[in-house]
Amino acid sequence: MASAFPPSPTQRRIRVLVAKPGLDGHDRGAKVIAAALRDAGMEVVYTGLRTHVASIASAAIQEDVDVIGLSILSGAHESICRRLMQELDARDADIPVVVGGIIPRSDWPRLKELGVRAVFGPESPLEDVVACVAALARGEEWRPERETQVPVPPQSAHHGAA
Amino acid sequence: MKKQPPSTQRPARTRSGVPIKPLYGPDDVRSVPPPPGEFPFTRGIHPSMYLGKPWTMRQYAGFGTPEETNERFKYLLGEGQTGLSLALDLPTQLGLDADDPDAEGEVGRVGVSICSLRDMETVFGGIPLGEVSTSMTINATAGVLLAMYEAVARAQGVPSERISGTVQNDLLKEFGSRGAWLFPIEPSLRLCVDVVQDCVEHLPRFNPISIASHYRDAGATPAEEMAYTLCAGVEYVERCLARGMDVDAFGKRLSFFFYTYTNFFEEVAKYRAGRRIWARLMRDRFGARSPQAQMLRAACVCGGHSFTRAEPLNNIARSTIEAFAVTCAGLQSVFTAAFDEAFAIPTELSARTALRVQQILAQETEVAKTADPLGGSYFVEALTDEMEAAISKVMGEVEAQGGMAKALEKNWVQQRIARRAYEWQRAVETGEQPIVGVNVHRREGEGEQEPKLQPPSREAEERKVALLKALRRERSAGAVDRALSGIRRAAEGKDNLMPRFRDAVAAYATVGEIAGALEDAWGLYHPPTRF
Repeated sequence: MASAFPPSPTQRRIRVLVAKPGLDGHDRGAKVIAAALRDAGMEVVYTGLRTHVASIASAAIQEDVDVIGLSILSGAHESICRRLMQELDARDADIPVVVGGIIPRSDWPRLKELGVRAVFGPESPLEDVVACVAALARGEEWRPERETQVPVPPQSAHHGAA
Repeated sequence: MKKQPPSTQRPARTRSGVPIKPLYGPDDVRSVPPPPGEFPFTRGIHPSMYLGKPWTMRQYAGFGTPEETNERFKYLLGEGQTGLSLALDLPTQLGLDADDPDAEGEVGRVGVSICSLRDMETVFGGIPLGEVSTSMTINATAGVLLAMYEAVARAQGVPSERISGTVQNDLLKEFGSRGAWLFPIEPSLRLCVDVVQDCVEHLPRFNPISIASHYRDAGATPAEEMAYTLCAGVEYVERCLARGMDVDAFGKRLSFFFYTYTNFFEEVAKYRAGRRIWARLMRDRFGARSPQAQMLRAACVCGGHSFTRAEPLNNIARSTIEAFAVTCAGLQSVFTAAFDEAFAIPTELSARTALRVQQILAQETEVAKTADPLGGSYFVEALTDEMEAAISKVMGEVEAQGGMAKALEKNWVQQRIARRAYEWQRAVETGEQPIVGVNVHRREGEGEQEPKLQPPSREAEERKVALLKALRRERSAGAVDRALSGIRRAAEGKDNLMPRFRDAVAAYATVGEIAGALEDAWGLYHPPTRF
């Protein structure tokens, strides 16, 4: 996978903020995604657990990232995304946001309305996530090859258990 | 994308990397371990195992309002469950009241919301606490919740000496994998040991700690899981000893909690090896004389990361294999997750079916009719030795980091677990690690189940906030202030915090207020950002 997206020598490396907002502490998925992005040649900044949305917005600006990736498993995605978008607007920042985690498909349109550019689930292949982040960082829209529900479900990378 | 079938050329290995031979025989068994009930308890901690005491079937439940949880508890007890297990929402686990801005959208979501003694009274209303035992998955605020449980029992006329159950109260794995920490590592450990010490002195039937292996669900291999968990155990033992506590008195009160996946034989060997290592540590390193203090008593969850959202009914088969492994290994308490747990709060049907898995094992198979049914199997005995070596090796690496607390402080454990999670994910995506219904025998066009989350009942959240406001008006503000000052003083000094928690809970101080008082003294933990 790393060879599929080599950083072009003339461009600066893509910078991504991987953030874990909300109270949930299961960061297996966030760290797997962060490792995949790093393996693909990107610079990844991880916020650590329980980062407030205001801190995510300011960190994204301070670190000059191209994309923000949120990992949310608790079910609080709508309220978190709404508040993050407000924080980014308040700072005049136009940074694409993607969300991964346990997000019911019926909530995807609502998140898109809020300005979220892509939603991934535990079933999403890592290479799709990498391709999406790369496209958004180049200022392109990401068009998944698979229009229907992403069909290859690797075992849940995100999971909230006891 | 075409998946490669798993290679048949390379030698098979367990998930911990132990090679598996095509055939085992008498030469592979170094020595047959002593019978169950005898040191080092490889074959089990009791001579008669389940003939003497069947395992406890304990299903994790709790959601929404205290009333809903109370209803589910009564339903499960009516269906023959023998112990309760309370799931708490994240705000309660993290010391936030329902009206805290940080709790927005999370109240009552992954468990029940408990703000004060009043909620605990509702959850256990009409449930005789002298007769059931209750396990609470609570850590940073464990002492507070335990004090509430004790108060509810007392109001029912059940004295503290008679209540039984477990509080998880293991903060090390929160730093290592589960993430529900609150205070920095050192004061967190002090708080854990306060609860252990108080239970040893005052609550003879309550397990004050369940040293847990969430490292596994975060990515660790089975050998690493056992190693990290036992290293956490060592850390707690050392801290209890440093307080002058008697190893024979507190050693028998330590209990453990593990994850079991479908790698059946390796799981059996993992538990047998773990018991052997722990018994030797307790006897030889810490000088425990009482056999009870040398025994690794453990509960376990079947499910977790082994469950898939694709073809979820397959998860019933997975939990059956896992629970069979656990009972062949002779653990004391089993939780079988419901098949829909990877994407939903279980329904009554899925929760009951999960319980039935255990009842079928107990009553239709022979697993409970003889102690250590796999003892003497060439493969199992050889693998037990191999797992012992693999676990000991990782334990040595943790010790080289300065022990579990230091290894966590340095982010060493966390980074290694994250690396394993990534390796696993890659192995699944390349097909090297087969998962039925996911990357092999997958039905084209059949997506995985949609997650069904607990609806974000704003109404329930608002009702909760209103009740909290009423409580704050009705209770004596002076009594609450006095109790909270007592907590602050004790936290700054060395006195055990449990008596202070009892005072605060009785005055109807809230979980958020009590955690706030501790935060005044200790500050909060700042998580590492390297991955």
